[in-house]
Amino acid sequence: MLTDSDLQAIWLTIRLAGITTLILLLIGTPIAWWLARSRAWWKGPVGAVVALPLVLPPSVLGFYLLLAMGPNGPFGQLTQWLGLGTLPFTFWGLVIASSFYSLPFMVQPLQNAFEGIGERPLEVAATLRASPVDTFFSVVLPLAKPGFVTAGILTFAHTVGEFGVVLMIGGNIPGVTRVASVQIYDHVEAMEYADAHRLAAVMLVFSFCVLLAMYTRRSNTRKAA
Amino acid sequence: MDNIEARIEAKFKLDWPGFTLDVDLNLPGRGVTALFGHSGSGKTSLLRCIAGLERASCGRLVFKGKIWQDETIWLPTHRRPIGYVFQEASLFPHLSILGNLRYGQKRSDGAGRVGLDAAIELLGIGHLLERKPDTLSGGERQRVGIARALAVGPEILLMDEPLAALDLKRKQEILPYLERLHDELDIPVIYVSHSPDEVARLADHIVAMDGGRAVAAGPLGETLARLDLPIRLGEDVGVVLDATVGEIDAEWHLARVDFAGGSLWTRDHAVPVGKHVRVRVLARDVSLALDEPGMSSIQNCLGGCVESVAADDHPGLLLVRVQVGASLLVARLTRRSAAQLGIAPGLPVKVQVKSVALME
Repeated sequence: MLTDSDLQAIWLTIRLAGITTLILLLIGTPIAWWLARSRAWWKGPVGAVVALPLVLPPSVLGFYLLLAMGPNGPFGQLTQWLGLGTLPFTFWGLVIASSFYSLPFMVQPLQNAFEGIGERPLEVAATLRASPVDTFFSVVLPLAKPGFVTAGILTFAHTVGEFGVVLMIGGNIPGVTRVASVQIYDHVEAMEYADAHRLAAVMLVFSFCVLLAMYTRRSNTRKAA
Repeated sequence: MDNIEARIEAKFKLDWPGFTLDVDLNLPGRGVTALFGHSGSGKTSLLRCIAGLERASCGRLVFKGKIWQDETIWLPTHRRPIGYVFQEASLFPHLSILGNLRYGQKRSDGAGRVGLDAAIELLGIGHLLERKPDTLSGGERQRVGIARALAVGPEILLMDEPLAALDLKRKQEILPYLERLHDELDIPVIYVSHSPDEVARLADHIVAMDGGRAVAAGPLGETLARLDLPIRLGEDVGVVLDATVGEIDAEWHLARVDFAGGSLWTRDHAVPVGKHVRVRVLARDVSLALDEPGMSSIQNCLGGCVESVAADDHPGLLLVRVQVGASLLVARLTRRSAAQLGIAPGLPVKVQVKSVALME
C-alpha cells in the first residue's frame, strides 16, 4: 500500500514528534509552573511570547529561526563554535524549530492544570513537612496528570501536522527532513494523486483518533469529577 | 504564669488593602487557646502567620524559646513543628486515607508525641484507611484531616474552624473527638472559631479578636465573665464554670453539679459521679430576686452578691455580674426590673438559674 519512502516519511514524522514532545515536557513544565505561580509584571509578556506560534504564520517563525540558526545568526555561530556545524536542513534543526512551534501546545494545558490545583494543596503539603520541590513531585505532578496527558497529545499531534516551518528550516531531504506532510506535498506536485490520497488518509485517521481519544477522556474525567 | 520558655510569643503586623492585623500576644504553651471573633476579625490570618503560611513583614514569633520569625529569621512552614487543620479537610484526592495519613508522618522526624496509630485510634478512623477521600462524608474527611495533622507528631496543633464547613449533625459527630483531643493531648492547641458554643466546650484560654486586633485575652471562665468584652455575643453571653458531678437523682433523671460557690441541678446526661465537667450558664437563663422565692418551677437558687452592672447591646437591658461563692455568674435583666429591685454593687440577691448546659 504505502511506498517505502512514505513509510520512511511517517517514521521520521513520529521520531520528530516524539523527541519534540519529550524536549517540551522538560522545558515547558517549568515555564508553565512559573506562569501559573508568578505574580511578576513580566509574566504577561512572557505568556504572550510563548503563545506567539499560535498566531504567527509558520513561514514567519521559520524565517526568523532560519536566520538565527544560519551561519551568520547568533545561534548558528554558537553551534559552529561548538563544532556542530549549522542546523538548518538537518533533523536536529527541525527538532529545535518544532520545539518553538509547538511550545504553546505544551505550556498552555500545563499552565491551566497547575492553576486548577490552586493554593490549598500546596499549603497542606507544607504543613505536612514537604519542601517545595518535594511538593511539586508528590502533589502537583499527580494532580496535574490529566493536564500532562492533554499537553503531550496536543504537542505530538501538532508537531505531526507541521508543514510551513519544516519547509523553511528542513527543506525536503528524504530520511532527514522529509516528514509526512512534506511527502504529501511532493506527491501532489508530482501529480501522484493516488499516493497522496493514501498518505493523506493515514494523517486524517491519525488526527481524528487523537482528538477522539482526548475528547472521550475529557468527558470521562468530568463524569468522574 | 509559666516561665517564658513554655509560652508562645506572637507579634504580627499585616497591612493589606482593607484589612490590617496588628497583634502582640503571649499565649500559653499548654491547653486549648481559642482565637475567637466574628468573620473578618483577623483570627484566621493570625493562625496563618503562626503557621508561616502568611508572612507578615513585621513580625516576631517565638515558640517555647525557639525563634520561628524575627527581623532576620524566617522558618518556612515545612520546617515548623506544627500540625494544621484547615476549614475544609483538604485531603489529597490522589491518595488513599492511609496515604494521606502517612504523607506527613513519613516526612516528619518521628520525634513527635502522637504516633500514626494513636492518631487513627483517637479519631476513630481505622475502618476508613483503604478508602479514597471522595467516598467519605464531610465529617469523616475532617476527622482524617485532624488525624493527618496529628500523625506528623506536632509540637503544636493549629485548627482553623474545623467544624465551620459542616452541618449541625456532622458537628455533633466530631465534637466528642475534639473533646478527647482536649483531654488526651499534651501539646498546645490554637483553635480558631466564631462559635461561642465550641469555645465554651473546648477552650481553656481565649483571645477575642476584632478588627485585626486582640481585644481581650485570658483564661476562659474569667474572660467570658467580663462584662466589658468588646465583641458582641448577643444571646450567647454567659459564663463557663468548672464543676464536678456530685450526685445523680435517678428518680427524676437529674444530676447535681458542684462548682466553687454552690451546686446546680441539671438533666442527667449519664455522666458518672465524680467526673469533672464544664457547665455553661447563659445570662438570659439567670434571673435575680431579693427574697427567697416561694414555689417556683426554677429549681436552682443560689445566694450571691451583685458585683458590677454594665449596659447590654439593647438599651432596655442590663448585664449584672453576681459573685456566688468563688464563682461569677452573669444575669441579663431589663433596666426596669433592675431599677425596681434597686440593683447596685454590694446588694445581696438570690440567683435563680433556669437552665444550664453540661459539657463533658
